Amino acid sequence: MSSTVIGRRALLSTAAALPLAAPAFAQGAPLRIGMITTLSGPGGYLGQDIRDGFALAIEMEQGRLGGVPVAVTVEDDGLRPPQGKQIAERFLRNERIRLFTGVVFSNVLGAVAPEVLDADAIYVSANAGPSNFAGRECHRNYFVVSWQNDNLHESAGQLANNLGYQRMVILAPNYQAGRDALAGFRRLFRGQVLQELYTRLDQTDYAAEMAQIRAARPDAVFQFHPGGLGIAFLRQYAQAGLLASIPQCVAAPSMDSTILSAVGDAAEGINLSSHWNSDFDNEASRRFVAAFRQRYNRIPTYYAQQGYDTALAIGAALRATRGDVSPAAFRPAMLRADFVSTRGRFRFGPNQHPIQDWYALKVERVGGQLALVTKGKILEDHGDAYAAQCRL
Amino acid sequence: MALILEQILNGLQFGVMLFLLAAGLTLVFGIMGVINLAHGSLYMIGAFAAALTVAETGSWWLGLLAGIAAAAAAGMLIELLALRRLYARDHLDQVLATFGLILFCNQGMIIAFGRQPLFVELPAAFQGAVEVIPGVPYPSFRLLIIAVGLAVALGLWWLIARTRIGMLVRAGATHREMVRALGVDIRLLYTLVFGLGALLAGLAGVMAGPVYNVQVGMGEQILILTFVVVVIGGIGSVRGAFFGALLVGMTQTLLTAFLPGLLRGLMPASEADALGAALSSMGVYVLMAAVLLWRPRGLFPAHA
Repeated sequence: MSSTVIGRRALLSTAAALPLAAPAFAQGAPLRIGMITTLSGPGGYLGQDIRDGFALAIEMEQGRLGGVPVAVTVEDDGLRPPQGKQIAERFLRNERIRLFTGVVFSNVLGAVAPEVLDADAIYVSANAGPSNFAGRECHRNYFVVSWQNDNLHESAGQLANNLGYQRMVILAPNYQAGRDALAGFRRLFRGQVLQELYTRLDQTDYAAEMAQIRAARPDAVFQFHPGGLGIAFLRQYAQAGLLASIPQCVAAPSMDSTILSAVGDAAEGINLSSHWNSDFDNEASRRFVAAFRQRYNRIPTYYAQQGYDTALAIGAALRATRGDVSPAAFRPAMLRADFVSTRGRFRFGPNQHPIQDWYALKVERVGGQLALVTKGKILEDHGDAYAAQCRL
Repeated sequence: MALILEQILNGLQFGVMLFLLAAGLTLVFGIMGVINLAHGSLYMIGAFAAALTVAETGSWWLGLLAGIAAAAAAGMLIELLALRRLYARDHLDQVLATFGLILFCNQGMIIAFGRQPLFVELPAAFQGAVEVIPGVPYPSFRLLIIAVGLAVALGLWWLIARTRIGMLVRAGATHREMVRALGVDIRLLYTLVFGLGALLAGLAGVMAGPVYNVQVGMGEQILILTFVVVVIGGIGSVRGAFFGALLVGMTQTLLTAFLPGLLRGLMPASEADALGAALSSMGVYVLMAAVLLWRPRGLFPAHA
């Protein structure tokens, strides 16, 4: 009776919700895309935003991506690797799906990706980019549109340097992405790490960690707690009176716009790093943010942006191959990354992970409302540390 | 020294929170013989009702009332509609049915309120910190949690040991058929007990709201530890739940806090941190195994 949230058989065909997708069926069956993502539990809004961002891109193209009619089949992995693996098996065998995306958490991806890749199908990541698939185990059919996990935290480490922090306490949950986070932060951080604290993925109470941080008296704290974990952590950090004396310098997953609204005033002044923010001043981003807000009536998180960008990237490849998803045709088309990303500059590195810019963000008051405000660039054309180990 | 005292206080507070959840669970199991996996859903319902009421009215205390009332009402409704049919069945059926209730409640909440976590403000009087230990400002809301938990423990002791209802509850736990033969309406008693358990879960949800996160699925996160508490304490015993909860809360907190530090004396810092984290998350389960080896029916078995 471990995690008791079991994924429902919530087969949500987004195409069914699109009125204009119907004519596509007349020209033959639409291309099926399998989305395995986390929709239940405290990580549920992450998968929801990826799904909604992805669906928005299809909707804006009237049920197509790159001119090719598509139908997305979404299923909930419940943040449980075995369940993700089962869904992947079913999608491959029963539904004959050849193109996959959507996994939020690295531990689920660790079970899903080998299943998909062994069947010579294609996986395009809209979030998780664990280190093991970026280096020696990189794969021709595996693409990451979001980032390599470490990038998020390398940029936070650089941001901490820029802000002049010398002595820091760093915390993350004890799982693959958490360990990647602390390793990534240390890679570029030049100061001293006083203490490295590991929390648990199912932890709700962080009082013990708060006391440790208070006792260590660091200049600042770096912590990686995505989704609901981050809300509880930040709230308790503020309630312990720490936010006033020890500032936080974090990466995007620990302070997305949903966490911001759930934490409230306590978040003001927090510094973070990200590859994208809802206030980016470029045509593609403005168009995406406006469309998302109109369609879903909320500010898109960067998860939604990644879902949207992943759909655009897939769309660009499909346009070139005219809907062919056999690896021989799809891979060269995908690698060209011939789409206008909402984050500005984007290209794939040699291990098929992104090379992109990273930005400093700060929680500030804009017209009375707290918002994430972009402050400047931290890293330019930043790839990842594992690319050199990848032989493709 | 101040750090050790503060961590003991943290352990006490976490233990008390676990007790609020475990008390209801153990009551229901001890008296009605039902394994109620949906206990976490009642905790979630309490937290949501409180969060929404606070957002609507601005009064935390109204939220407290709403949370407790909603959870108790939901609990009694579940008892009337679903659990009543399960008393005579075996535990597997009960587990299946209450597991189904979890899915039902979670999906219902998603449909009604969405997946976004809710924000709950602290009550105005408890926003600050108090220096109970010199030099360590401790959040006053956490002190309130401790006070509420201890008050509930006292209240339950009084209810079960000193009142007529408590007498029936105790009798029902040990000699169910005899109580029925004496003409007590056991069905009403069951509904009341289940309502009480739900009310306590709702109270836990309300108290957890401003500290943890209010979100669909929040109940399942903490339910596993709650079951550990119930098993350690002795299934069906409220006293066992109290001491079991304090033991688990204390073990968990102190291991997390001090084990990596102790290990640092033996090995490099980063290895000590990783090993300490791994050992302390196992600690509670090792404790459970040890208690069960020593006392196979828990610390205070109800049907001894």
